[in-house]
Formats: sequence, C-alpha cells, structure tokens
Amino acid sequence: MRYLPHTEDDRRAMLAAIGAPSVDALFRDVPPSARLDGPIAGLSTTMGELEVDRHMSALAARSRAAGSMASFIGAGAYRHHVPSSVDHLIQRGEFLTSYTPYQPEVSQGTLQYLFEFQTQVAMITGMEVANASMYDGATATVEAVVMANRATRRGKAILSGGLHPHYRAVIETQAHFGGFTAVSAPPSPVGGEDLATMIDAETSCVVVQNPSVFGQLVDLAPLAKACQARGALLIAVVTEVVSLGAVTSPGEMGADIVACEGQSIGNALNFGGPHVGLFATREKYVRQMPGRLTGETVDADGRRGWVLTLSTREQHIRREKATSNICTNSGLCALAFTIHMSLLGETGFRRLAALNHAAAVRLAEKLDGVRGARLLNQSFFNEFTLKLPVPAAGVVDALAERGVLAGVPGSRLWPERPDLADLLIVAATETNTEAEMDRFATLLEEVL
Amino acid sequence: MAELRFTKEHEWVRIEGDVGTCGITDYAQSQLGDVVFVELPAVGRKVARGGDAAVVESVKAASEVYAPVSGEVVAVNEGLPDNPAQVNQSPMEDGWFMKIRLSDAAELTAMMDEAGYKAYLATLS
Amino acid sequence: MDKSQGRVTRDAAETAALPPVVTASGHRGLVMDEKLIFEQGVEGRCGVDLPEPPPVASRLGGLERKGPIGLPGLSEPQVIRHFTRLSQKNFAIDAGLYPLGSCTMKHNPRLNEKMARLPGFADVHPLQPASTVQGALAVMDELSRWLTTLTGMPAVALSPGAGAHGEYCGMVAIRAAIEARGEAATRKRVLVPESAHGTNPATAAAIGFDVDPIPAEAGGRVDVAALKAKLGPDVAAIMLTNPNTCGLFEAEIVEIARLVREAGGYFYCDGANFNAIAGRVRPADLGIDAMHINLHKTFSTPHGGGGPGSGPVVFSARLAEFVPVPYLVRDGEGLSLVEHKADAPQSLGRLKGFHGQMGMFVRALTYMLSHGADGIRQASNDAVLNANYVMARLQDVMTPSFAGPCMHECLFDDRFLKDTGVTTLDFAKAMIDEGYHPMTMYFPLVVHGAMLIEPTESETKESLDLFVDTMRALVERAKAGEVAYFRAAPRLTPRRRLDETRAARAPVLRWKKPVSALPQAAE
Repeated sequence: MRYLPHTEDDRRAMLAAIGAPSVDALFRDVPPSARLDGPIAGLSTTMGELEVDRHMSALAARSRAAGSMASFIGAGAYRHHVPSSVDHLIQRGEFLTSYTPYQPEVSQGTLQYLFEFQTQVAMITGMEVANASMYDGATATVEAVVMANRATRRGKAILSGGLHPHYRAVIETQAHFGGFTAVSAPPSPVGGEDLATMIDAETSCVVVQNPSVFGQLVDLAPLAKACQARGALLIAVVTEVVSLGAVTSPGEMGADIVACEGQSIGNALNFGGPHVGLFATREKYVRQMPGRLTGETVDADGRRGWVLTLSTREQHIRREKATSNICTNSGLCALAFTIHMSLLGETGFRRLAALNHAAAVRLAEKLDGVRGARLLNQSFFNEFTLKLPVPAAGVVDALAERGVLAGVPGSRLWPERPDLADLLIVAATETNTEAEMDRFATLLEEVL
Repeated sequence: MAELRFTKEHEWVRIEGDVGTCGITDYAQSQLGDVVFVELPAVGRKVARGGDAAVVESVKAASEVYAPVSGEVVAVNEGLPDNPAQVNQSPMEDGWFMKIRLSDAAELTAMMDEAGYKAYLATLS
Repeated sequence: MDKSQGRVTRDAAETAALPPVVTASGHRGLVMDEKLIFEQGVEGRCGVDLPEPPPVASRLGGLERKGPIGLPGLSEPQVIRHFTRLSQKNFAIDAGLYPLGSCTMKHNPRLNEKMARLPGFADVHPLQPASTVQGALAVMDELSRWLTTLTGMPAVALSPGAGAHGEYCGMVAIRAAIEARGEAATRKRVLVPESAHGTNPATAAAIGFDVDPIPAEAGGRVDVAALKAKLGPDVAAIMLTNPNTCGLFEAEIVEIARLVREAGGYFYCDGANFNAIAGRVRPADLGIDAMHINLHKTFSTPHGGGGPGSGPVVFSARLAEFVPVPYLVRDGEGLSLVEHKADAPQSLGRLKGFHGQMGMFVRALTYMLSHGADGIRQASNDAVLNANYVMARLQDVMTPSFAGPCMHECLFDDRFLKDTGVTTLDFAKAMIDEGYHPMTMYFPLVVHGAMLIEPTESETKESLDLFVDTMRALVERAKAGEVAYFRAAPRLTPRRRLDETRAARAPVLRWKKPVSALPQAAE
C-alpha cells in the first residue's frame, strides 16, 4: 500500500523494541468478542491510483456537471467563475495539510489570512467584526439565533417567510432540541409580510434573508428600528454574497448580526458542501460571538503577529458552558474566499455584482415575455421567481433533458405547500451567456 | 474591624456591617494566569451562596466566580472590566468584584478564616 | 569564476564574530515579512478582468450600495505572491512529522484532491434534478456502504459538517428517541468521562442535557464501579471516546454498554479515534448506539488549517429511524434524497444547508478504495505500532501516564520535568525549533501537564527514530538545567512567542484604515 511505509523488517524491529510478540498483542485490551479477524465481506482490497481514478471517474461521469449544461439554479448555492489562481493556491501543502492554528509561531500564514478574511467579511457586510467562518450559511444562521437568545436572555426567534426553507428547517431542529421557539411567517414570493408586529417581549431576534429565497430585495431599515425599539436583534441572512457588491449592506441597514453563505466567492458548488459560513456582528457583542477569532498582537521581539484569541468562549475550555459546541471552521474554503476577494478588490467585486445583476435583468426580460410565465418580483439582484401555468417540477425535468437547468421548482423547497408548486426560482450569474438565456427562453416557450 | 472569610473555591469576602466585599484570592489569580476579561453581575441581583455570580477569563481558562455569601449585589467594581489586570495585580484590594448585602450572616461561621485558608492551600500543593 | 560557487566564502570563525543578521527589508532569507493585503492595495488595481456590464435599468429597488466598501486593489501576481509567502509561514504534514495527539495528522493523498475536483462531483448544484446527479449520489451511497460495513451499524447520517456537528446529530437522535418513548422530561442526565473532548459536554449541554462527569480509574479508563453507581432511570446516555483520549482502549466497553442499555440509556461513542481500530473492531460489536466519524481524521481528508471537516454518524437499529434529512433512498429510477421532515416524520430534522460535505465524501471514498479493507486494517496496525514504538523508546526518559500498550497515541505527563523549571509548554515550543509541530498539550485534563503524541501510520521508522532522538536530546537539555533555552523557544520561527494576553485584553480583530493626521483647526 503506497501510503504505508513500513517493510516487514521495520515492523519486526519495532515490535522487538516494544517487546511485543506481534501487533495483535498490542490490541489485547479489545474484548475477544469484538475482534474482527481477516477480510471484511463486501469491501474491496487495495487498489492502485489508476484503478481508483478509473472507478471514481466513472461515477463522476454519471452526473451531469452544471458547466456542461446551461445552469440557472441558485437558491442558496451559485455557480460563478473562480479564477485559476484560487484553486492553485489553496492546494499548497502548507495550507492544505496544516491543522487549526493553535501554535501561532508555526501558523502565521493561516492566522494572517484569517485576519484578512475577517476584515473582508466585516467590510462587505458593513459590520464591525466577523469570525473566522462557520460550516455554512445555514449553520451560521442558527448560531446567530442562539447568540441572540444569549445576548437578549430571551427565547423566541421570528423567521421571515423569505428565509430559505432549509435554513428554517435547521433553526427548527435546533429550536426543538435546544429549548427555544421559532415562529415562521408563511413563504411569500413578493414579500409584504409584517414582521414588526410579530415582535413581542419574548422575541430575541427577527431573521430576514436578503435577497429572499425568492430573490426579492428587502429594505431592512424599518425592521431594524422596530427590533431596536423592542429589544430584539435583527439577523440578516445573505445566501448570495455577490449581492453585497451592489446592494446596500445589512450593516448600513441596521442589522445586529449578519450570517451569510460565502460559497459564491472562491468556492465550487460541490453538490452542496463544503461551503463557508460568514458571521459578522457589532463590536459590543464580540464576546457573545460563536466560532474562532484571530486577533492581532506582538511577539517576544515586539513584531506584529496573529493569534487565535478569546478562545475561552470555546468548547475546549468552557466545555458545557461554551457559547457553541463547534470546534471547526471552514478554513480552506475561507482561504479560497479570501484569495478570490483579494483578486477582485473593490473594482472587481462591484463589477462582478453589476454583471450578475445585468444578467438577471436580461434573463427576466426574456422569460417574462414567454407565454404563460410571469415574473413576480418587483426587485431582485441575480435571482427571481416566475409563476408558471403548470407545476414547475415537470418543466425543470423537461428542460434538464434538453441541457438547461432551469431553476428550482417550488415543490422542491416547499413540498408541503402545493400552492407554491407552480413557482420557479431562477438565477443568472456572470457565467451565463446571452445565447444560453435565449435558449432557455425558447425551450420554456416550447414546454409551456 | 473587617472580618475576612474564604471559600474552598478561592473566593474571599470582607465583611463590614452587613455588606461583604468579594473577590478571588491571590492563589486563584495565580492559577488562572493573566486575566483578560471580567463579567460582573447587575447591581440589585440576588445571589445564593455557591451560585454563579461573575465570570473571570484568562487566556487559557474561564471560570465562574461563585457568590461566597447569599444576598443582594449592591455594588460592583465598575472599572474592573476595562482593567482586568487588576485582578492579577491586586486581587484582594483594587481587584475586588462586587459587594453583597448579606441575607444570612450565619453563613460566615462555616467559612474559613485567613489561617484556615492558608492551611487549606497547604493541602493542595 | 564558476568554480567558486560551491565553496564556503567565509570561514566559520569570521562568521561567528558577526552580529545577528538584521535585514533592511524585514525579510529573512526565504522567510518574507508580508504586509496585509489592505496595506498593499492601490485604488483602481484589479486581479481579474471582467467585461463592462451591459446597460440595463436597475431592478435593485432603490437599495443600490452607495459608499465604497474599502476592499484593496491588487494584481494577480501580487495576490499569488502574497498567499505563497503566507503559506511559507505554516507548518504542515507535507513538511514534517505532526505529532498532534487526537488530531490524526496523517498523509493527505493528492489523488483525493484530484477526484474531488472532477466536474461530476465539484460542478454539481445540490438542487439539480435527481436524474442529473446519479454519480454524486452514488458516491454518497458507496461511502455509506463503507462506513456501515466498517462499523457494523445499519444506518448512517452523512450531513454533519464536522466532528462536533456529528456529535450534535448523534445526541439529538438520542434525545429524539427518548422523546418518542415519552421520557423527555425525566431522562436528562448524560454521563461524560473527565477525559472527554471538550466538545462532548458542550454538545450535551447545547441539547439541554445535564452533564455528569464520571471519574477515571488509576489505569486511565472509565471507573466502572463509579459508573454503575451513577446509573439510574434519569440517565439518557453515556458519551465515551474509544479508544479514549489517553490513547487506551476501554477494555470494559462491552460491559459498560450493557449496563447503560439495561438502565434504559443510550451509548454515544465519540469516534474521533476510530483510526486506531478501523478494520479490526466494529463499533456495533461493542454495543454502541451512535458514533460520529471524523472523515478528516480516520479517512484523511485534509485539515485545511481548520476545516472544512466532515462528521458522518452511524446509528444502531434503535436509533436508525431518527436519522436527519436529507438521506438516500433507492427506487426504480435510481438514487434520490429525502430532503424534508414532512416526508420523514420520525427524522430528527435538518442539520445543514444542503446534503453534507460532498467534497469530503469524495476524498474519503477515494482514500478507502485506495487502501481497501485490508489496507485500512494495516493502517490501524501501523498507527498503533508507531505509537507504541515512540512510547517504548521514550519511556525511560519521559513519564508515560499509564502502562501500555497504547493504541494510536501515547500519553506522557510532566513528571519528568519536575524541578527542571521547564513546563510542558516550554518543552513543546522547543520542539518547534527542532522542526516539529508540538504534540497536543494539556489535554486530556486528567493528567498533569499532558503531552499526547500521535505519530500516525504515515511515518517511517527512520522518521520516528529522528523524532525520538530529538525528544531525548531535549529531555537531556531540560534536565541539564537549560531553562532559559526553553523559555526563549522558539527562536527560529517567523515569529517568536506571541503575546496572547495583549490580544485578548484589547482585541484587534480586523484591519482598520489608519486615521490620517487631520490638519489642525486654526483657533
């Protein structure tokens, strides 16, 4: 086996040094009833690189890559162009094969990019501080709710109907088992929900996604005021971070916590993971914040350097009193985000956002003209919702057969709501060409 | 004359009249190392002996500070959160945490005096 | 002339007389001092070429961003150089032996990286129609089969994002099972050994369980008598790591499982150390009800400087019906996912935005296929052999906390440093100057000044011998009274010891544009 270096001579010499007759003797504490001897039925044996490559490539060929079709699917994960240097740099062994930077003297590389990541996240969200990332957008959102419960000493979260239903489901799981309440407004493609009147003395937070899962943009400022007046926190959720290059940031609109899915910058779709959760808040809540944090300091020679800090909030010290049980961030995905964002800079990030918006506007114009399809959004960034005269799932399947991933049908996200089955959520990014959009419109016309 | 009492959790309380000033001992601060953060209770909060009252954090450890006596918090060391190093530099004076109006003075009889606490520390090393 | 190139240009005595090197650039040879990107950016510079957007009427509904964001502008070569320089300040498995106990820093094969980037896995949207993602679903299915076969457990949840998330998933399933029995109000106590990972009590507490520590016996294992005394109708579960965090196999584990089950509780096993026994022991045969598996430990998906991880959980038949959504099902048209609790009423619900860490599933499956069942067993054997070899070769100069044999990691305490003035931390920092990442320190908490060494199966005997010789030399230095040497360590790193107190007392968590000196207002 190519990864295992020992020869039989090595093993014999080592056993002799240990004073054990055999490797089996080292396992003497295993109860005899639980010992597994010999091969394991149903599992293959050692394979060379070529054989494994062949096997895995054959599996991969049974999926249709989004890039091999015209893809207009969003709803929480977006297909963007990632510059080649990103994947090259994250595969450097010093990044790829290092551990969490608990030993700062030999981890300044990781610590410095995390500090840069935290700064970029704080800047684009319009917040004061950000952590070193979470698993994904949904888990960042649920951590935001738990933090709001802690900060306000209350236990009721109000969820907008525009929140991604998977995010809502993650919050509901944690609410059920964590002893707090989550109340949801019904899903509504065009907004218009009155969350402010739902806030009461028990409300710790209001969770609003912007743009909503339907693509609708929301001005959070009035809600931020309503939250503030009643002592609740406003949590803004962003599943498409590219929007932050074009849309007023949640911080500017008065959000107290911002939770984002950061996949769009630097990371592939990966069939849903790994992605990277962004988490930002106000300075006054920094000690309530979950997750790792990198801070600036100096070394023994007075030179600037970075360390993980405020770690006493974390599970390995606080144990059952920790702010969260999480002990991993999404380091390498955060690195990809940092590199891509460094390449973009102010000019590139804003232009990328403008390109996405323009693509969606063009596509919306084309599809809204298709007989029977109606655009529901008054406003949007790079994603919008169409109402179709038929259930959208069938349309999506029919177009997939013709090489177009048309979007996400309402029934995929809300199977319990047949009234939403005729909705199709469609995204466009800078990767979509004019020709792809025309093809989409033509095919939609054909199947409707 | 002020009476000084100690707990096995390394808190001290100095009694003047019906109010006890509380903090953590020199031994406690030396075990924690450099204190970086202190969270104090709200004035007016009722605390029970042995219950959570404050939080003290160093770089490597976080610890609850238990109320050494039961009663109502009547004052806290307002400057301490901004200068947590006082806990290290002066644990028994400038680094005090809170003042509690005692609800049950009888609790004091079960606590150690200075000599008793010194003897207790000797058993720990 | 050319021939002078290989010669020493100065003799040693002359070099020795020179003062320490202080460079004008701040760089030191190949170690570059690197500013933050925010200190390098120039307005208008950009590392990507994007076309001019076509003119369209804005549909942003009046929410257009107004002011600047503040992001710095850098060219592509600047970005490449910046992150290359940063990478050179990191220790990594690729660079050397990484003996972090309980973290399993084994070789990360590059085939895994290549496979994870195949478009049929990486460029697939999680909400594509099932008919277009059969290959990706097949990876999940094959990985499930490997995990359930290796563990002997009938069900698996793939979605947890990392080990701690897996623990959460497993404990929530236990809570769901207890609720289904109508005992949610009464069964609330979870027994956790003092040696447990900090995530265990944190997880139990997050679900509303009361954590009750159980002591270890003198041999470093759970005190079964003490455990027995704590069992009762209010016990929901025990959370046990096996092999435990002292690197020992819990020899009484089958008995422990029986006792807990008889008391009506469930057995959660922290599978962080499954890499010691994979292919040799099936957790199902130990009586376990739920166990998470850190794919980034046992199955070598890269740690990536702190994630992404992946923490699938295997379940016994008692808990199988409570698995979270999404989960895989197979019908006449192939594989598909059940994504909603509405379609799976007994499910504990959803834990993650999409289906789990697909990129890690591909890497882990590639690793499993490369090894095969025989190779996985051999890897466990070699991991245990290497740890025992290190222990055997250090036990006369350092102080093992418990008698062997150990499993995949060996635990020492700081008794051998008594009266030297050198602490565990100082000793670890001196290892850095020797070219090693420190071992895990001060964990587990059950021994004083713990040093937990996990060499992994990736190391050659020669590599272990050099490591052992280095450790012995350091011990000798400590015993010779060279306290100052240890306290000053490390001295050969890009940065020396960092002031963590300063970082925590007045946290600086982001870069801020320096406030430029404003002109004084004339009075």
